[in-house]
Amino acid sequence: MIKVRNIHKSFGDNTILRGIDLDITKGEVVVILGPSGSGKTTFLRCLNALEMPEQGIIEFDNANPLSINFAAKPSKKDILALRRKSGMVFQNYNLFPHKTALENVMEGPVQVQGKPAPQARQEALDLLKKVGLSDKADWYPFQLSGGQQQRVGIARALALQPELMLFDEPTSALDPELVQDVLDTMKSLAKEGWTMVVVTHEIKFALDVADLVIVMDGGVIVEQGSPQQLFDNPQHERTKAFLHRLRSH
Amino acid sequence: MLNNLLLSLPFMTESRADLVINAFWPMVEAAVLVSIPLAIASFIIGMIIAVGVALIRITPVNGLIHRIALVLVKIYISIIRGTPMLVQISVVFYGLPAIGIFIDPIPAAIIGFSLNIGAYASETVRAAISSVPKGQWEAGYTIGMNYIQTFRRIIAPQAFRVAVPPLSNTFIGLFKDTSLASVVTVTEMFRVAQQVANMSYDFLPVYIEAGLVYWCFCWILFFVQARLEKRMARYVAR
Repeated sequence: MIKVRNIHKSFGDNTILRGIDLDITKGEVVVILGPSGSGKTTFLRCLNALEMPEQGIIEFDNANPLSINFAAKPSKKDILALRRKSGMVFQNYNLFPHKTALENVMEGPVQVQGKPAPQARQEALDLLKKVGLSDKADWYPFQLSGGQQQRVGIARALALQPELMLFDEPTSALDPELVQDVLDTMKSLAKEGWTMVVVTHEIKFALDVADLVIVMDGGVIVEQGSPQQLFDNPQHERTKAFLHRLRSH
Repeated sequence: MLNNLLLSLPFMTESRADLVINAFWPMVEAAVLVSIPLAIASFIIGMIIAVGVALIRITPVNGLIHRIALVLVKIYISIIRGTPMLVQISVVFYGLPAIGIFIDPIPAAIIGFSLNIGAYASETVRAAISSVPKGQWEAGYTIGMNYIQTFRRIIAPQAFRVAVPPLSNTFIGLFKDTSLASVVTVTEMFRVAQQVANMSYDFLPVYIEAGLVYWCFCWILFFVQARLEKRMARYVAR
């Protein structure tokens, strides 16, 4: 179980998050929806301290418990420990352009976890196979399509066996015909039992895969619940308005 | 045969041809044994300084020590960029003994050149590091790397590609500027040329020859630069 409490974040005078709470159960898929500027991406980036919240607590209570209180200026060591618990998939992939697909996936296991290269290599090849890119192992990112790059990005994040997978609008930068491959890959991860937090605009994905849907607006969680609850019977005006806009696309 | 070839040049006489031929090997020897090692050593030390300075300037300010380092670094760059290299190495070699610091000619030259390269290249390095998108740092962090790992494995290789052309310029410039070491009595290539020319009182042919030898060595450097750029471009979309 991952406990997130009272996350606050502002950039200068601009307050983005005004106290976010969230419980994530192992194997659960949480989808965060919300209009742009609602703070959903910032919240996701707080979960691995790419953004430093001014206050808030993140707790992992399982085999390797970790508790971070952002108000108390966490140490570099704690931040590193937090980051090593999660993997992230970025909107614009952020693959390492000077490394092949295989090297991108191997980098973390070899450099961070100290795995022997032959073992990391085999595991990376298995992961590339899983995301359907066995034949692209030795290609550089610039030789791959957006959808292929994003799937390498997913494999790179999975390679570290993180407790939590974070997806920051993983399909937003993709050409429409490439979106489905990435969503299918994510669906199969959900089936395998990975714990995932996904920021997205793909409402169908939320409906099919999510265990918990969260709607954010103005830096707070407006409403949360199962996808059926939320889509069929939204309680809050802002949720209704947002869902209406999403559906009218 | 070489003599005849030389004699076909304008303003060439028997004695000048002999002078040019006799000066050639000592010059090449001094270039290979002194000028080039001097340039390489100074460049390596200078690059270490440059990367350190660039990182101090590029990382978000944290703490008092960082603030002080920033001020010192700015003063250092300002002094080096604002004074001639000839003055800098003269101060190191002729000036410092006045306060009890005696440095041999070659170390003095290396110190002077390194400090100079460090300041100039730091700007290049800073720009090159800044040119790597912020997302690359973040991607490094999200696979669990710390700052140093991310810099070394992810940022530096990409920054290096950007820095190759300007740093090649810096190195080629440095190689030619090693001729300034002649002022602090280092017998590098140009000092050999001076010695030969002084003995004969015939300056033109030997100095032109010295220029040609510098040029030839620079060709090698141009070639190395082109190879390096080509190699670094293998992962970039064209």
